[in-house]
Amino acid sequence: MSLPAHALPRLLAGFSPDRQMSLAEHVHVHGALPAGDRGLRQELSRSGLHGCGGGSFPFARKLDAVAARRGRPVVVVNGSEGEPLSWKDKLLLGHLPHLVLDGAVASARALGAREIVVAVESTGAAGAVHRAINEREGGRREGVSLRVQAVPASYLTGQETALIAALSGRPPLPAMTPPYPFEKGLAGRPTLLSNAETYAHAGLIARNGADWFRALGTRESPGTRLVTVTGAVAHAGVIEVAGGTEVKALLSAAGGITEPVVGLLFGGYAGIWAGVQARHWQLGEAELRSHGASLGPGIVLVLGQSSCPVSETARAARWLSDQSAGQCGPCVNGLDAIAGALEQLCDRGDHSGAYTHLERWCSLVNRRGACSLPDGAARFVITALRTFRPVFKDHALHGRCESCHQQGARRARSRERLVRV
Amino acid sequence: MSKLRVDPIRCTAHGMCAELLPERVWLDDWGYPVIDGEPLSADLVEHARRAVAACPVLALTLDQSSRPAGREPRAETTRRR
Repeated sequence: MSLPAHALPRLLAGFSPDRQMSLAEHVHVHGALPAGDRGLRQELSRSGLHGCGGGSFPFARKLDAVAARRGRPVVVVNGSEGEPLSWKDKLLLGHLPHLVLDGAVASARALGAREIVVAVESTGAAGAVHRAINEREGGRREGVSLRVQAVPASYLTGQETALIAALSGRPPLPAMTPPYPFEKGLAGRPTLLSNAETYAHAGLIARNGADWFRALGTRESPGTRLVTVTGAVAHAGVIEVAGGTEVKALLSAAGGITEPVVGLLFGGYAGIWAGVQARHWQLGEAELRSHGASLGPGIVLVLGQSSCPVSETARAARWLSDQSAGQCGPCVNGLDAIAGALEQLCDRGDHSGAYTHLERWCSLVNRRGACSLPDGAARFVITALRTFRPVFKDHALHGRCESCHQQGARRARSRERLVRV
Repeated sequence: MSKLRVDPIRCTAHGMCAELLPERVWLDDWGYPVIDGEPLSADLVEHARRAVAACPVLALTLDQSSRPAGREPRAETTRRR
């Protein structure tokens, strides 16, 4: 059996927050993965599936790029999810690992690859994937070798060249591209490296085909996406939405807002801030792109009026600066300068005039690192400056505001990790 | 058509490039080179080569994306697809 094309949830069908889905349950919900690849490359291409890790690259094109290389390819599942505002890959790998493994197995068959490596940083998810691999006898019956490998927990580990380094036993540092992993990845072999959720969708497409996938979502953003919603909503957690769903509907699905909203963050720490008008936006890469936004790895953060955008931005900028691998001068110096200026602005007002440099520094670090960490940080800060300009100006004059003083206490509040569909 | 490219991992802000090719390279607030991705005009290629040669950490490269006839310069980033 398989899920009806219009049924939602898809990925989260049969999900239980308390335990991991067994192989038997998984097959009961989704049906068995068909043997052979049944023209998977073509189906993936027609499905319009894009990567769900932030880059939003067409998955079929990535597969084709690997297939076109000489040498035996490897399949790598990127489950590292170092983005603090994202929880969906941990959820998939920890609770529904067979969905992800299905997609990896189907992709490996389509490529003639034998080896599949699942890179996971959280120990909980690693255990779940390990158990799931054992249920599948290590992939033997499916003609592949499946293994899970723990990688260091850090923001940069998810960056693809850093992940390859981590899987090769080196420190998880980004490298210059080219060569890209599809050319020269794990052990120098052509490597299909994609996000865990992307494989989960691919596994369902391998069963049900492209038309089934496209039965939900819009023409531009077909299928569904997992979105981690946090902030001023009643039930923060991971929600599966059809492509093109209005932001308002997502917030309702998260139990509604808990206080008046001042802004929304799309795409996480490498994402963009938008004002309240964004509640009318549609959640899909194509739709968001028209507003200069992206879902990134599927993140919406709702900023309520009791939070201070300036202190949130300063805190995020410092965190991002701390995540720098320390390899590229513009990133090391630029992000530290940006974070320092924001911290000073937030706490004491702008006495040194650094505020006037912020936008320029953001433009200055953009695209000047080996990886896109500085670009994402610049995007985050510059859109915060533009979205919350009056609040920033107020801070420049007066320093800490009322919300800043109350924020420390609230931050201690634990985050609920409910799953709602 | 030649383009300058800096490897930001190798670069340690010696600044020779900005000194030898001020027309196309300037230094940011921290002394690291900012290079636009535009192709170099023919009259600057020789200066660019000198800047490449002067970089003490070999961070600066000259990419020749299309090869002029009769010569086979080694292009750093030419890829076969």
